[in-house]
Amino acid sequence: MPSYVILEKCDGCKGQDKTACMYICPNDLMVLDKEKMKAFNRAPEMCWECYNCVKICPQQAVDVRGYADFVPMGASVVPLRGSEDIMWTVKFRNGQVKRFKFPIRTTPEGQAKPWPDEWQTGSDDIKSPVLCTEPASTLAAQLPTLKK
Amino acid sequence: MKPSDFETVRVDTDLLILGGGMSACGATFEASYWAKKYGLKVTVVDKAAMDRSGAVAMGLSAINQYIGYGKGQNTVEDYVKYVRQDLMGISREDLVYDIARHVDSSVHLFEKWGLPIWKDESGEYVHEGRWQIMINGESYKVVVAEAAKNALATMGDKGQLFERVFIVEPLLNNGKCVGAVGFSVRENKFYVFTAKATIACMGGAVHVFRPRSVGEGLGRAWYPPWNSGSTAYFTIRAGAEMTCQEVRFIPVRFKDGYGPVGAWFLLFKSRATNALGEEYMVTRANELPKWAPYGTGKPIPANLRNWLGMEDVMAGKGPIFMRTEEAIANLAAKYKDDPKAFKKKMKELEAEAWEDFLDMTISQAILWAGMNIEPEVKPSEIAAAEPYFIGSHSGASGAWVCGPEDLMPAEYRKQWEPIGVYNHMTTVPALFTAGDGAGASSHKFSSGSHAEGRIAAKGAIAYILDNNQAPTVDEAQVAALRDKILAPLARFEEFAPLSSDPDINPNFIKPKMFMFRLQKIMDEYCAGVSAQFTTNKHLLERGLELLTMLKEDSEKLAAENLHELMRCWENVQRMWIAESHLRHVMFREESRWPGYYFRADFPDMDEKNWHCFVNSVWNPATGEWTLKKVPVINLDV
Repeated sequence: MPSYVILEKCDGCKGQDKTACMYICPNDLMVLDKEKMKAFNRAPEMCWECYNCVKICPQQAVDVRGYADFVPMGASVVPLRGSEDIMWTVKFRNGQVKRFKFPIRTTPEGQAKPWPDEWQTGSDDIKSPVLCTEPASTLAAQLPTLKK
Repeated sequence: MKPSDFETVRVDTDLLILGGGMSACGATFEASYWAKKYGLKVTVVDKAAMDRSGAVAMGLSAINQYIGYGKGQNTVEDYVKYVRQDLMGISREDLVYDIARHVDSSVHLFEKWGLPIWKDESGEYVHEGRWQIMINGESYKVVVAEAAKNALATMGDKGQLFERVFIVEPLLNNGKCVGAVGFSVRENKFYVFTAKATIACMGGAVHVFRPRSVGEGLGRAWYPPWNSGSTAYFTIRAGAEMTCQEVRFIPVRFKDGYGPVGAWFLLFKSRATNALGEEYMVTRANELPKWAPYGTGKPIPANLRNWLGMEDVMAGKGPIFMRTEEAIANLAAKYKDDPKAFKKKMKELEAEAWEDFLDMTISQAILWAGMNIEPEVKPSEIAAAEPYFIGSHSGASGAWVCGPEDLMPAEYRKQWEPIGVYNHMTTVPALFTAGDGAGASSHKFSSGSHAEGRIAAKGAIAYILDNNQAPTVDEAQVAALRDKILAPLARFEEFAPLSSDPDINPNFIKPKMFMFRLQKIMDEYCAGVSAQFTTNKHLLERGLELLTMLKEDSEKLAAENLHELMRCWENVQRMWIAESHLRHVMFREESRWPGYYFRADFPDMDEKNWHCFVNSVWNPATGEWTLKKVPVINLDV
């Protein structure tokens, strides 16, 4: 199925104008059933299994079950995404479990500063090929061009 | 839901950026800097949420384009030669050079913004291959989008981001692009954006061809299923000249999950063999001189590597395996006298192998876990995927764009002199593109697409400063577009009461079956998976006949809700990419990229007659297609 919603855990992101999974799904698949206050994946066969709904759900109510037309049953891959790293639990069909932890970013969330102070733009000319922060951000003294 | 329920929202801006992926984020970042200087307004429109939109939505495990010229690692010229070789001689070298000289800046910025890049003991980036560097890329897109949004926010109310607005058509006035129209997929709103310049960077196209998996796994394309060809549709419909629309991309990946193979081939030095243990790159090496000089050059082009594997499959020697167990054993052999170091190394390799999947193709991890695959114990199947349109990778489809003043050959420059020489402007005034939208400049990947978005944004701002007039919009054209775009909703309203099944009705076709019909035509007639990537003139002519009827039926598409309305237009976009592709494949009477598609009636590469680009234009006034040859002009590198 790709992503599916665990009924017991989903609270429909109560009190918000939209659910987290609806907000994030790149393919517009997650929908809130307003009567039941439960989200669901409206077209599992168009799901890429990108896991963005799984990672963002505040209730950990979204999981993924591998595509039934080619994945043997019984495995699961579950992430727990923090602000600096992500933990993965991979469970095999035969019960074996592997755990991995990888960093995801080196700056605090929201703090990506577009133009670093040390990389001042070298040209004010809108017609020059020098882009903002260049050439400093290329780590070369000047922008390469063809030798005439 | 009917068209009269819709409010029309008009947004006037200076620069309109369509899309939200890597190139759109690059464009937004760069445009914010220059627009702020000149007091211009920038409006960005994404069909999804920018944090996780586009092809990098899931993340990536490597950055595939990094030159390192500032550190003396490689030169920009080396990259031009590499792309020339991989694309069998057909590339716009001025564009490739331009992207390559800016890409390191983007990569260094990603690192500053917070992307973790692997480092070795000396603090240098860990290379997967000559041009590829390894990253912890789960949040790659989040970080890049954050910088773009933060840049846009510095413009105050002159920087606007619209999410969940799906763009359909360009707005044109006397052959110039003056904006775009689309609709919200969340509210009943029809959007009209007018702009002094527009950058279309809405990605490539998937699901034009029938995928290998057609059940629940339909969505597990290698490239994301939400990329429906919005960019190429937009530029074609604006009347822009397109190039290399025949140069699709077919990746060979771990079978069905489409997990990446780069780390296995490049980092772990794995071999691929057939079921008999033969390494097709060795046993079929005699085939390569047929494709000289590219077949005999290094590295061997991706499409030729595909081709040799495909020949094994056609000879009945499948499955093809990635020999992961052998690669790990070879690595382990180095530690045979030190079991402790070996154990440590194995742990490290295992984490690296799994991260490769978990960062960018989580499905492959589920598939391996579901099949109890331990890569050190047994090999894994690899296979050629279905065709995709992705000018940023090893395909080359997209619009024909203006290059930079200091690099573009004079012969190409001539084409833009009458309308203005602005970097990355298409042949339609005021319309720019980048990433998967710009053709003949392959191998830009995620980082180069970001850099190219930046290039296009600076070009577009320069255009606006020289042509700073409010766009004139034909209100009758806007009204007609609104009717046309919302028509599938009206059609459903009108005819649905006839049938007890909302999907089955003699008066309309729903977008899903429309997509399947398109995919079947392309698969069977235009060299898809089931035709073993082979076609000929007769098959193509028949395919075009069927496509023409599909095109007529596209006027009978029906939608029950906003989501289906988006699906309708996505599939119309795919249909146009399909037609453009088919016409290009038909025009080029040779087989130049045999591992992407093979013309059985012209089985050889013909350097004498076809060492050239194939360019096409669809004329919005007459509806006619024109195709032509355009010379390849090499840079002196």
